[in-house]
Amino acid sequence: MLQRDYTTSQLDVLEAEAIHIMREVAAEFERPCLLFSGGKDSIVMLRIAEKAFWPAAIPFPLMHVDTGHNFDEVIDFRDRRAQELGARLIVASVQDSIDAGRVVEETGRRASRNRLQTTTLLDAIEEHEFDAVFGGARRDEEKARAKERVFSFRDDFGQWDPKNQRPELWNLYNSRIRKGEHIRVFPLSNWTELDVWDYIRREGIEIPSIYFAHTRKVFERDGMLLPDSDVVQRGEDEPLFEAVVRYRTVGDMTCTGAVQSTAATVEEIIEEIAATRITERGATRADDRASEAAMEDRKREGYF
Amino acid sequence: MDILRFATAGSVDDGKSTLIGRLLFDSKAIFEDQLEAVERTSRDRGTEYTDLSLLTDGLRAEREQGITIDVAYRYFATPRRKFIIADTPGHIQYTRNMVTGASTADLAIILIDARKGVLEQSRRHAFLTSLLRVPHLVLAVNKMDLVDYSQERFEEIREEFTAFASKLNVADLTFIPISALNGDNVVSRSENMPWYLGSSLLHHLENVHIASDRNLVDVRFPVQYVIRPQRATDHAFHDYRGYAGQVAGGVLKPGDEVVHLPSGLTTRIASIDTFDGPVEEAFPPMSVTLRFEDDLDISRGDLIARPNNQPQVAQELDAMVCWMADGVKLTPRSKLTIKHTTRTARAMVRDLHYRLDVNTLHRDEEATALGLNEIGRVSLRVTQPLFVDDYARNRLTGGFILVDEATNGTVAAGMIIDAR
Repeated sequence: MLQRDYTTSQLDVLEAEAIHIMREVAAEFERPCLLFSGGKDSIVMLRIAEKAFWPAAIPFPLMHVDTGHNFDEVIDFRDRRAQELGARLIVASVQDSIDAGRVVEETGRRASRNRLQTTTLLDAIEEHEFDAVFGGARRDEEKARAKERVFSFRDDFGQWDPKNQRPELWNLYNSRIRKGEHIRVFPLSNWTELDVWDYIRREGIEIPSIYFAHTRKVFERDGMLLPDSDVVQRGEDEPLFEAVVRYRTVGDMTCTGAVQSTAATVEEIIEEIAATRITERGATRADDRASEAAMEDRKREGYF
Repeated sequence: MDILRFATAGSVDDGKSTLIGRLLFDSKAIFEDQLEAVERTSRDRGTEYTDLSLLTDGLRAEREQGITIDVAYRYFATPRRKFIIADTPGHIQYTRNMVTGASTADLAIILIDARKGVLEQSRRHAFLTSLLRVPHLVLAVNKMDLVDYSQERFEEIREEFTAFASKLNVADLTFIPISALNGDNVVSRSENMPWYLGSSLLHHLENVHIASDRNLVDVRFPVQYVIRPQRATDHAFHDYRGYAGQVAGGVLKPGDEVVHLPSGLTTRIASIDTFDGPVEEAFPPMSVTLRFEDDLDISRGDLIARPNNQPQVAQELDAMVCWMADGVKLTPRSKLTIKHTTRTARAMVRDLHYRLDVNTLHRDEEATALGLNEIGRVSLRVTQPLFVDDYARNRLTGGFILVDEATNGTVAAGMIIDAR
């Protein structure tokens, strides 16, 4: 009876699922917001949000937890993208949390504001009374994330309890919470790094320039290439050198490493990733190396 | 390239982790840093082999106890397909996790140890697969190397399992003799079993036809969200009113006559809109926005169908329910929140007909409650009409969840078998 084969491509399936999740949140929560860092996953998430509500505007604000240690190119991109969409952008600043005495700056060569972000994030969620917060995390990134739900419940301390997660069946998501609690929502849960890049290529989405190969002064630490910057403390035994690099992930300058690469286009990046044998977090994130359960521990506290 | 979602059930003893590890490894979805971490941990613990279950057992508690507690999702791709594995623990105390993993699966792999044959847990896994209507079932008879690759042993297991499966609703059952450890019949055909003429497991996963598993016959479009642009700058869309949702069944086309539920009013589809422009047809699992020729009062929780093919409009449901809560039990008179497609209502358990023994399929009609991981048939009364199909006909319009109104936890998964 059917004249054609209703096969749906993997990107179309993933996109349809993510749109469904976004609409579900917009319908069932009072005050959602979308975490937008200017990184590739949140850029894809933002495109999904555009698609989910078109021709209406995105019905929630964007929020960025700014450590003050982000790459300028990414901050510029963030601001420009929010303006293009006419979206409201809330910037929650880790510096403000430090100034207010909510957190204490780490000291020493490996000082990073990565972990401090959690407090800033949770304070901002409380201040704005957000009840749903979209994040761009994917299950393929890390094994604690592999077990996290699409609708991930957080108690009124913002904590994640991995042993007490709500079962998630079919495409039915439980949005019930009490006041003060919230849900982290991950519409890209089932995407892989390669899916994200394939989607960026297919959609022709603009991304910050540091994802592409460029010449940069860097130094080596723990097998990672860290940038020359005022906010990264470099020892005398860590000489600077110039290299052609690009970023596979975009986070804090203090804990995000560059990879040596000549990939100058999205196509070349896809080729590179398809051939790589190291995960993106393994290659570029010092924050995950602390222990085997580093991510689980940070997530329990309320990290992204 | 499309996506196949499959669930695997079993324990480390069955070689499940080894099998998944091999599929991931051979398809290059395991990365060097992940493998190094696993090798390091295996060494630290004095394990003689590289324990690939460490790749999937991501939570601290799981690693400490050496067991899989929760559903882990893993991803790999071949040039033909992207695969999503819902890796679920096999033990009876994790029935709810297997039910969760199976709910979205196109295919399930049940592992059987060739030496042990069809065990109680194999029957339980097969039953849950059939209860959740996973369209394709693969029985992977593992550890064939330990029975000298014996065709006779394989046939014995096949016969025994086929006899059991005839009592279940299994549409497509495939048997594959494998050795996950040695890689026999996992990625490529094994030379050790020339008597086996079927495909390797990966070849089967790559080629099993799933496009027609979705219901493409009964048009079902649960309205999820109403799109009304508010901004004055959008002159072209000033009067725009679209109904967004994900198609749960059938094929919709502009010009089609449709019926709106609950009103029963009919109209025609004026346009099927997406951000990328209007489309000529919409089918599962597409997320689209419908506009209609007539101005009807339509809101979230309503449903669009065809006038000559409508779902049941029901407030009385019979369903198989898997109870997923610790502590609280399901009993007659329990009051819960029900979420079905995009509609949320309250439900009361009118009757518990029987509790099913998931190992023997025996129906205990004397049962007065369902506890954690127990499955039974219940009658529910719902405060608002739901637009339902039998779960066997459509998993999306036949499935629901129950939410505890005190704890807000998801406490049950339900599969509708009869509605009035």
